[in-house]
Amino acid sequence: MTDTAALAQTAGDLAGNARDLAQRLDALAHQLTALPPPAAHAGTPFVFELTVFVLAVFVGYYVVWRVTPALHSPLMSVTNAVSSVIIVGALIAAGPAGVSFAKIMGFVAVTLAAVNIFGGFIVTQRMLTMFQRKK
Amino acid sequence: MGESYSAFLYLIASICFIMALRGLSSPETARNGNYFGIAGMVIAVLTTLATPHVVSFWLIILGLVIGGAIGTYIARQIQMTALPQLVAAFHSLVGLAAVCVAAAAFSAPEEYGILGPQGIYTASLIEMGLGLTIGAITFTGSIVAFAKLQGLVSGAPLVFPGQHVLNAVLGAALILLIVLFAMTGHAVFFVLLVLLSLAFGLLLIVPIGGADMPVVISMLNSYSGWAACGIGFTLSNSLLIITGALVGSSGAILSYVMCKGMNRSIFNVILGGFGTEGGAAPTGPAAGDRMVKSGSAEDAAFILKNAGSVIIVPGYGMAVAQAQHSLKAMADLLKKDGVKVEYAIHPVAGRMPGHMNVLLAEANVPYDDVKELDEINRDFASTDVAFVIGANDVTNPAAKTDPSSPIYGMPILDVEHARTVLFVKRSMASGYAGVENELFFRDNTMMLFGDAKKMCDDIIKALE
Repeated sequence: MTDTAALAQTAGDLAGNARDLAQRLDALAHQLTALPPPAAHAGTPFVFELTVFVLAVFVGYYVVWRVTPALHSPLMSVTNAVSSVIIVGALIAAGPAGVSFAKIMGFVAVTLAAVNIFGGFIVTQRMLTMFQRKK
Repeated sequence: MGESYSAFLYLIASICFIMALRGLSSPETARNGNYFGIAGMVIAVLTTLATPHVVSFWLIILGLVIGGAIGTYIARQIQMTALPQLVAAFHSLVGLAAVCVAAAAFSAPEEYGILGPQGIYTASLIEMGLGLTIGAITFTGSIVAFAKLQGLVSGAPLVFPGQHVLNAVLGAALILLIVLFAMTGHAVFFVLLVLLSLAFGLLLIVPIGGADMPVVISMLNSYSGWAACGIGFTLSNSLLIITGALVGSSGAILSYVMCKGMNRSIFNVILGGFGTEGGAAPTGPAAGDRMVKSGSAEDAAFILKNAGSVIIVPGYGMAVAQAQHSLKAMADLLKKDGVKVEYAIHPVAGRMPGHMNVLLAEANVPYDDVKELDEINRDFASTDVAFVIGANDVTNPAAKTDPSSPIYGMPILDVEHARTVLFVKRSMASGYAGVENELFFRDNTMMLFGDAKKMCDDIIKALE
């Protein structure tokens, strides 16, 4: 008899607790919606960038070990061409209207990177054509 | 174009670059890989041009036209034997471009969104300092490597007393400058950082000798990637970070492979010295006292013709003499006579990774005939003739037998196990490591003195 009473008591308590929790959750949800959106450029992007970096190093590691040693020269010239993607930064510098120091630096960097992009991909292509299967 | 759109397109470009490297796992897929690389670059450039930052196009188009024309011209004209110096020159451009971009970002930080209420963000300054330093080191280091490979300066290592101390001091000063730059954001430190890094790059490569260039080029390849990475962190651009990391790790792996091919540590190579102390005191008896059997092209033709199998071991001497086409013609004649001909490539043969493979491919040698050290080394024992052309140290048995030799422990091609060894060499001079090769004095060795190309042509005449 006392058992069922105690059980009923506990169940009642639990129900109370649950209601409490639900109310608190509700309050929290309200607080959350009231918060301002996260800042666009704060300290956190670094962690994100670091994540991208580390994962890319792993991808690079596994992809490059699969490259056949016979193609190590083309690998070198194609990575050289690809690393000229630094042109992205140069374009932003050379893009604004007017003339400034940054714009001139951007122009120089665009030119240098362009030499590399065209030269790197073309010389890689020349090499790889030589590696075609001959009859 | 919205930022999410450009970020998405940058992601596609990154994937293209990964595919470009992935394609190189086999000669069959390599050219498609290169197309992926080109596509990735086009996407990256067009995406950037479509961002609201870029409103004025005339300078950009001018730069692309000038740079593109120069790059296209050079890449079409260059001889395959000059590939190592071309790659070195290209690396220097990436380094310089990184310095320029860092300078632009420093002088106009608002364009890159790195300007906080109290000047440029400290984190951005650190990243900028790192990208700048690595870029400047890559620039001058690659120029020295280029000059050495092109023969503008002597390929011999340049060492002077106090070199390591000076380099250590410079390295420490660079770190200190980066810290000061990050703390103050002052232009003076920016300029000092550039100047000191330029000097450091120069001093870093000067003590490294010509035959260590495969390691140096790979290392600079790696640096150019890390420089792009540093700039990518500064600009918060995932594409630059990913690509830089790919290139950086690729160069690092190649450096490792090259070092392993010489059984040396990367520090040993960077600190220089190979061929300096070793060259002064060659081990073993002096060359003059011992008999060498030397032969003519006719003798060589006779031996080759009567062989059942021949393994050709090319080295840097073949590249210098431009002998790859004559060598191929000679091999074709032998094949027609029913001789089995294969090529054995040592990992560090030539002046850059894979150098020999490209030259042989240029001469239309089928790549199935070209074997790596691990694949073919056992076969020498069952081979009639090992034809060593322009290689020396990579065949020297002292690497296995003489613990006092500077090249001890280096993996070598076991040409000594072949029934007959033919050495095509210009003279009795020792190789880069300055070590006497005792193979020259063996009974089953015949020296063929002369220019590699001329010797091949003469053998062809004798075969016909």
